[in-house]
Amino acid sequence: MDIFIAIVQILDSTIRLSVPLLLACLAGLYSERAGVFDIGLEGKMLVGAFAGASAAAVFHSALIGLGMAILMSVAFAMVHGFASITHRGNQIVSGVAINFIAAGSTIMLGQAWFQQGGRTPALQPGERFEAIIWPGADAVRDVPIIGPVYSELISGHSILVYIAFLMVPFTWWVLYRTRFGLRMRAVGENPAAVDTAGISVAWLRYRALICTGILTGIAGAYLSMVQNGGFVKDMTAGKGYIALAALIFAKWRPVNAMFACLLFGFLDAASIRLQGSPLPIIGKVPAQFMQALPYVLTVILLAGFIGKAIPPRAGGVPYVKER
Amino acid sequence: MSTPYAKLPAWADYGLIPLINLSVAFIVAGLVVVLVGENPFRAAVILVEGAFGKGTGIAFTLFYATTFIFTGLSVAVAAHCSLFNIGTEGQAYIGGLGIALVCLSLDSTLPWWLLFPLAIVASAAFGALWGFIPAYLQAKRGSHIVITTIMFNFIAASTMVYLLVGLLKPLGSQAPQTRNFVGGAELPKLNWVIELFGAKIRSAPLNICFLLALVMAFLVWLLIWRTRLGYEMRTYGHSPKAARYAGISETRIVLTAMMISGALAGMMALNPVMGDQHNVAIDFVSGAGYVGIAVALMGRLHPVGIVLAAILFGMLYQGGAELSFEMPSITRDMIVIIQGLVILFAGALEHMFRPYIQAIFASFSPKSVGIEAIKGKGA
Repeated sequence: MDIFIAIVQILDSTIRLSVPLLLACLAGLYSERAGVFDIGLEGKMLVGAFAGASAAAVFHSALIGLGMAILMSVAFAMVHGFASITHRGNQIVSGVAINFIAAGSTIMLGQAWFQQGGRTPALQPGERFEAIIWPGADAVRDVPIIGPVYSELISGHSILVYIAFLMVPFTWWVLYRTRFGLRMRAVGENPAAVDTAGISVAWLRYRALICTGILTGIAGAYLSMVQNGGFVKDMTAGKGYIALAALIFAKWRPVNAMFACLLFGFLDAASIRLQGSPLPIIGKVPAQFMQALPYVLTVILLAGFIGKAIPPRAGGVPYVKER
Repeated sequence: MSTPYAKLPAWADYGLIPLINLSVAFIVAGLVVVLVGENPFRAAVILVEGAFGKGTGIAFTLFYATTFIFTGLSVAVAAHCSLFNIGTEGQAYIGGLGIALVCLSLDSTLPWWLLFPLAIVASAAFGALWGFIPAYLQAKRGSHIVITTIMFNFIAASTMVYLLVGLLKPLGSQAPQTRNFVGGAELPKLNWVIELFGAKIRSAPLNICFLLALVMAFLVWLLIWRTRLGYEMRTYGHSPKAARYAGISETRIVLTAMMISGALAGMMALNPVMGDQHNVAIDFVSGAGYVGIAVALMGRLHPVGIVLAAILFGMLYQGGAELSFEMPSITRDMIVIIQGLVILFAGALEHMFRPYIQAIFASFSPKSVGIEAIKGKGA
């Protein structure tokens, strides 16, 4: 029974840790499916986290915080769009720039506004998104097996967690069952064909980037307003890049993205849980190995040793009308 | 990278446009300074004075510049081959491992002039190895070099943390770093050169790596514009198809370019490790690899431009430290913002002002602009 409780706890923290990855990964999916590489996911999450936590602290409202997080994150996505769609600049360079501007400005503005060494004020209850206890969660807690699963795993998360997981079928539906999704996939594969059909390539890509901004904003808000009660400098700590890795791992598909993020979240949760304690058969696994594993797996996948990850064909190439 | 734009006179292309882009970056940075409630002009004065006002300031500026010359050259060599090496950070980190192995085993036996060449070779070899794997995967397995090098930065970081909290850490020590190197691992300082000009220097880490960096800048110029290999690299960078048609082996070019790039990145570690800290600590690279991207873009991938851009960034680092002392609301993170803005305006938005400048040139003398070039991909 102890083992069962431990497994439930690990799975519970897997869900918590994979939510920001999942949101950022789906965010990247929108922009990359539309043919815009985005390595600025990290920066946009950071901006979202900062804007969310500071607005929530100043206006004493979690919802205003979330709104600001989305707004600022979308603004940064638009900068990326302006550089890489309108001015046909290098998308990687633009993404790198956004990550730096985000990393520097969040710390500096945080220090200038709140004087807490780059932190924002600790959020009070009501300024954060609280856990939602599902009906009957406390009643069934003592029921074996079903009890812990229902009350720990399913119930007791904040609204953003459920939004994140609902975004998976929603994104699938948008991508494969709507006109916008069809056009977005087309613009990522063959923009000239979309252009010939009389649809604006630039506007489609901008709309995809707005989706990216909204989702990275929510991911950032989750980090600073749910996982942590405030913004801490560099709190994304490479999650944007892991999300990028997960996106490749998922071969740019929404449902796969969820499993990839859960896998990477599980690795993270397991490395925290196993810190210092040996595993059966394998022995003691260094924490750094577990941390590096998502990156190693992605490299191996990209190299085509386990399946083949084929990116959208027009990814990274600015569209020029009339070649 | 073919330009879908009409030609401009060379001085406008290499002087005016970068200058305009840079000015815009600094104007936006000035707005950030206003946003935190300080005077941007006074901030600029403090920054420049901090960097060049005193001998110590100059020495520190050049010390930082040394690091950025290496990383800038590293990014530029790969970029000439149209490879975006974001992995400079990780390659430099692993280069530090090579230096650590050489210094830990030989620092008490060899004098610096024997140890230094060994350390150069070791750092370059380790950096090149870390560049080799992504290059091999790109050339042979078709994986995207940008993504692989990003992943390798994280793998390098985890590897180094693992080694520094375990094998490389002296027994009984708590700090995650190697023991301090002694004797031969301390490189001679260059501060006396600045003192020749009458400036006083208290203590600054400027050392002979600066000269090594300048030599490397010259060698990179030689390589790119005066050798067959460099020509092949530029050909591949402009058009992989043309290179293939000319019988240039794609695999060989990608591997060589990335290994040279990695070697230059690895050598960057010499400066902080043997010139200043005398140990290898966690995260000693601290973002210098990413600064290299800004430096290379600003220097327009030319060694002379890179040296100048590196000195500018050295100035920002040194002056920025003084600035955060004078104006507490401006932290050293201001440099990171400026770095980002420079990458944005000199890199991603480099063509934003070009049409306007062309219009101005055309209105003065239509001949100077030349004929409209054929629009191609990859603006």
